[in-house]
Amino acid sequence: MSDVLLEPRSAQQSRLGVIDCDIHPMLRSAKALHPYLSQRWRDHFDSYGPRTPAPFLRGHAYPKATPALSRRDTWPPAGGPPGSDLAFMRQQHLDPLNVEIGILQVLFPSVKDQRDLRLGVAMSTAVNDWQVAEWTEPEPRLRAAVSIACDDAEASATEIRRCAARRDFASVFLTPRTSEPLGRKRYWPIYQAAAETGLPIGIHTGGTNGHPMTAGGAPSFYMEDHHGNAIAMQSALASLIFEGVMESFPDLKFIMIEGGFGWAPSCTWRLDKHWARMRDEVAHVKRPPSEYIRRQVWFATQPVEEPERPRDLRTICEWIGWDRIVFATDYPHWDMDDPRHAFKVSMTEEQQRMIFNSNARAAYGL
Amino acid sequence: MSAALAAPATELLRAIGPIDCDLHPAPPRMAQLLPYLDAHWREAMVTRGIDGLDLSSYPPGAPISARPDWRDAEGKPAAGLDSLRAQALDPWGTRIGILSCLHGSIAMYSEDMGAALARAVNEWLAREWLDHEPRLRASVTVCMRDPVQAAAEIERCAADPRFVQVLLLVNGDQPLGRRSLWPIYEAAQRHGLPVGVHAGSVYHHPVTSMGWPSYYVEDYVANAPAFQNQLLSLITEGVFQKFPELRVVLLESGFTWLPPFLWRVNKTWRGLRTEVPWIDRAPGEIIREQVRFTLQPADAPPGALEPVIEQMGSERMLLFSTDYPHWQFDEEGPLPAGLPEHLVPRIALDNARETYPRLRDIQV
Repeated sequence: MSDVLLEPRSAQQSRLGVIDCDIHPMLRSAKALHPYLSQRWRDHFDSYGPRTPAPFLRGHAYPKATPALSRRDTWPPAGGPPGSDLAFMRQQHLDPLNVEIGILQVLFPSVKDQRDLRLGVAMSTAVNDWQVAEWTEPEPRLRAAVSIACDDAEASATEIRRCAARRDFASVFLTPRTSEPLGRKRYWPIYQAAAETGLPIGIHTGGTNGHPMTAGGAPSFYMEDHHGNAIAMQSALASLIFEGVMESFPDLKFIMIEGGFGWAPSCTWRLDKHWARMRDEVAHVKRPPSEYIRRQVWFATQPVEEPERPRDLRTICEWIGWDRIVFATDYPHWDMDDPRHAFKVSMTEEQQRMIFNSNARAAYGL
Repeated sequence: MSAALAAPATELLRAIGPIDCDLHPAPPRMAQLLPYLDAHWREAMVTRGIDGLDLSSYPPGAPISARPDWRDAEGKPAAGLDSLRAQALDPWGTRIGILSCLHGSIAMYSEDMGAALARAVNEWLAREWLDHEPRLRASVTVCMRDPVQAAAEIERCAADPRFVQVLLLVNGDQPLGRRSLWPIYEAAQRHGLPVGVHAGSVYHHPVTSMGWPSYYVEDYVANAPAFQNQLLSLITEGVFQKFPELRVVLLESGFTWLPPFLWRVNKTWRGLRTEVPWIDRAPGEIIREQVRFTLQPADAPPGALEPVIEQMGSERMLLFSTDYPHWQFDEEGPLPAGLPEHLVPRIALDNARETYPRLRDIQV
């Protein structure tokens, strides 16, 4: 088998239905959430707006590479920002890429980052109702992730149970930028509700929590913020293991989204090695971290790794396990992966089927 | 594929006589530093009862802080000069060992107190370690919060050729590439001193981007993402362009995370290079030229070590270290199983001599 794949995957690939674990729908405007908010929260939203621990009301602390963080050809001809027009999303993304199922991940407005948790809870219900009414009901190929104001874990659990009753929802949305490490007890009602309802937790990069991106302070550039978001996945995974979340919720599945996957093997080896040395500190963690990861964690591909020697991509997949890697595009963002071009290495038909389709079915229970 | 080490390679190591780039003396108590402080600071320390500046990053009782047989009768990490000779220098035939003193002066909020203490630690190292053991060299201790006084201390210590690098912690007050830290890099480059960045934090910021974790083991494993972030900062801020002769040595960083980091930083740079136009070539190339990694801890199962080193794409990046007295290995010795045997001479000796200008002329 040749290492390098210079031509796009052609006919065979386009026949293969793709499960895309990361599609970003957008509100047409801030007021597009109004129909899903009570008058009290509409007024509040208009007067005070969303408030997060970040310097700017609308712009990003680390200004992105492109307007709306998006590919320049994704602005809908009928108006509105990228990701806001279902018809255009079908035409540009779902149809040509043969997306069989797409999982929606709502980044903006950021529900999780609201400092006013009452507003956050109201927004979470509104965002979830909006996802159903405007996306998953009109387009059965799309499924939603339950948006939650995770710092109010009890309200989040209630919202997860409300949404899980509908087939529209495929997972729960969290990020590795929570105000406390993801495994801390304050978040356990979320894991309890997800475990009970059988929804996996999708941990998508991003968010803002008032802590600097690095443990040595706030960086300067978007290039650091972009990469740093992927680096943050490592501590998120460590927290979920060492706090005992994976031990206590053995059937709960986690999908790490938009952090790539190259980091996973070395992170796992490190967790194993130092767990072995200091396991008496975390006596509630009964197994080597690698066993929990193998049992409960999936890694979404985008932004896909591009090793200097393409064959190293296969080595990484083997170390992780071909059955634990799920495909994601990140449409419509600038750094999205196209399934026809993303993997610069040849794969067997079976490996393709797993990464582009069947692994996600297992992870999300589709 | 060359032969990989299966058994302890002590004889191989002894035949080479390695340079150990990461040794830790037990940090001094305040009473030990008083002779090296001026009258003002001596009085301040005594009247205010200032002591207990052990860094939170290495609680003395934690397993990582000292191997059980490297602890004294009271269970404290030994690491006095006699134990260091017997436990760290003699067993592997170590030719040269570089001391990095993990002392609280590096983490002081008060810049002047930090500078005074750092200076005292450096004097203490020179008088009580370097003067007594010709195999030893030392890193210059500085207070990270005040780069200007840090640069002055580097300047002062550089007159003593036994100081061979500058010591920073991976997590300071601000990302390591930031311009306000450049006086440190300027002084280091001018004197041929690599900047050694060691695991650990001044604890001025939470040790993860989600805040403070519950467990020490999380703090410890979080050093790897911290090193990745700080390496990214050094690259994006242009430190390696501004200081082309500077070498950065990552100490106790782990290195198995490097290949995927290289791939990611190269890819991100291709997409975002207009934001940082001073980066004139792929970051992976810059790292291979100017950044080095110590061997311990080697976070990989034996079978993965050789592929990882191949993925790193350079045989010149790893420097031998025991991380004494930190507990990174047992009877298998400091060369991890699975290390390609043909690399041992490079890792044990050649790479360090190429990295540290002040060690180039040591007798081999």
